Amino acid sequence: MTTRKKTSLLIDPSLDRKLILKDAEKELKLPTRRLFAKRALTLGGLSMLTGCHLTDEKSVSTFLTAVSRFNDQVQGLLFDPHKLAPEYSEAMLTRPFPFNAFYDIDSVPEVNGNDYKLEISGLVQDKHAWNLSELYALPQTSQITRHICVEGWSAIGHWGGTRFSDFLQRIGADTTAKYIGFKCADDYYESIDMATALHPQTLLTFTYDGQTLPPKYGYPMKLRMPTKLGYKNPKHITAMFVTNTYPGGYWVDQGYNWFGGS
Amino acid sequence: MTHETEGASQDESYRGTIAAPAIPKLKPPLINPVWVRVTHWCTALAVVLMVLSGWRIYDASPVFHGLTIPPQWTLGGWLGGALQWHFAAMWLLFASFLAYLLLNLFTGRFRRKFFPLSPRAVIQDLFKALTGRLGHQDLSHFNAVQKLAYISAIIALIVIVLSGLAIWKSVQFSLLRDLMGGYDNARIVHFCAMAFIVLFVLVHVVMVALVPRSLLTMLRGR
Repeated sequence: MTTRKKTSLLIDPSLDRKLILKDAEKELKLPTRRLFAKRALTLGGLSMLTGCHLTDEKSVSTFLTAVSRFNDQVQGLLFDPHKLAPEYSEAMLTRPFPFNAFYDIDSVPEVNGNDYKLEISGLVQDKHAWNLSELYALPQTSQITRHICVEGWSAIGHWGGTRFSDFLQRIGADTTAKYIGFKCADDYYESIDMATALHPQTLLTFTYDGQTLPPKYGYPMKLRMPTKLGYKNPKHITAMFVTNTYPGGYWVDQGYNWFGGS
Repeated sequence: MTHETEGASQDESYRGTIAAPAIPKLKPPLINPVWVRVTHWCTALAVVLMVLSGWRIYDASPVFHGLTIPPQWTLGGWLGGALQWHFAAMWLLFASFLAYLLLNLFTGRFRRKFFPLSPRAVIQDLFKALTGRLGHQDLSHFNAVQKLAYISAIIALIVIVLSGLAIWKSVQFSLLRDLMGGYDNARIVHFCAMAFIVLFVLVHVVMVALVPRSLLTMLRGR
């Protein structure tokens, strides 16, 4: 300001004040402009965004969780109950099909098929527990579909079992309820939306590639949904319940998106 | 601008000498209207968030074996956190980039600023640029290399959004999935589009550093 004041007092009134002022303004502004530009362009500014400290902020985490729940709603709207996942030929099977769980392959639970029971609870009429021979006697079908992991990789597998929508009808489940929850022998738990439960490719599976489902793939029973990411497909299921209360899931409660649809 | 008015009100003699002849304020012409600036910076922020969180997601299962991104350059802390960032920032990218595209189309700015564009002009301007003879006096006018670079960046953003949708919803958006050559291939397309955009951003930032006035036009419009 002082520079400008002096200038304005000293100059001859006949001189072009406008131009002189303009020059003075430029002198004042340029160094700050340069400095600002330099600072704005530093990668240091960008690096402030990285690292975990931002995620640890409670408000940020609350916001991101809210957006994730909003994305559940969006995915529910995008989900077309008649749209089928692509099916593949035997030749396209991924061999060996990868084992994947929240534990090592050595820790796969050993379920005894003889005393196994599938417990049913919640909004269903027939709550009797099912043993394996009853489940194996249900009408069987099979599919070769792509399993897509949340990590990004995918593998094509061959699962056999009964249509889950038929099973829900058989036990008199309230199909207007919002959720179906699952409890598993490996302490995993998961829940899905009713629309996906009723999808024609959602299978309660007992076999893999024509053989009894091996322990590593979820013996005695895995819910297979080619319209959902891998972590949504529970293995070693021991109990299921139909409910209107949001049940969450093992990974979902740690931050994975609940709908997890593809 | 603000300190100028402050100074004037504090100093009566200053105001007296200057304001008396009532000089009309000479504003330089507007180069970037406010919607260009808002959508530019929102898209820029979204791209930074998407790229940094995307790198973390990529690391969970690298498309190219042996190529991983150092975790300290990524956003989200772990796969679940990175996914939350990625699928939150996607709305910002979607909204701002769509607004940018639609406003460019409907205001005619797209046609005005980016066309005509010929390969010949690109080669000429590129040669000029490399020999240091490409002028930047008129920032309201893009040279041919700029036009090509910006159009390529826009196309890359469209490709990255479409391939991203194909990965996210490979069953629901089956047409997109098939267009991308299947789920696994969509990941490669998504990665390549990302690499192009990162390259564009790096060159863009260097160019802005060489012609700092261009940053001002994107901040205050003139």
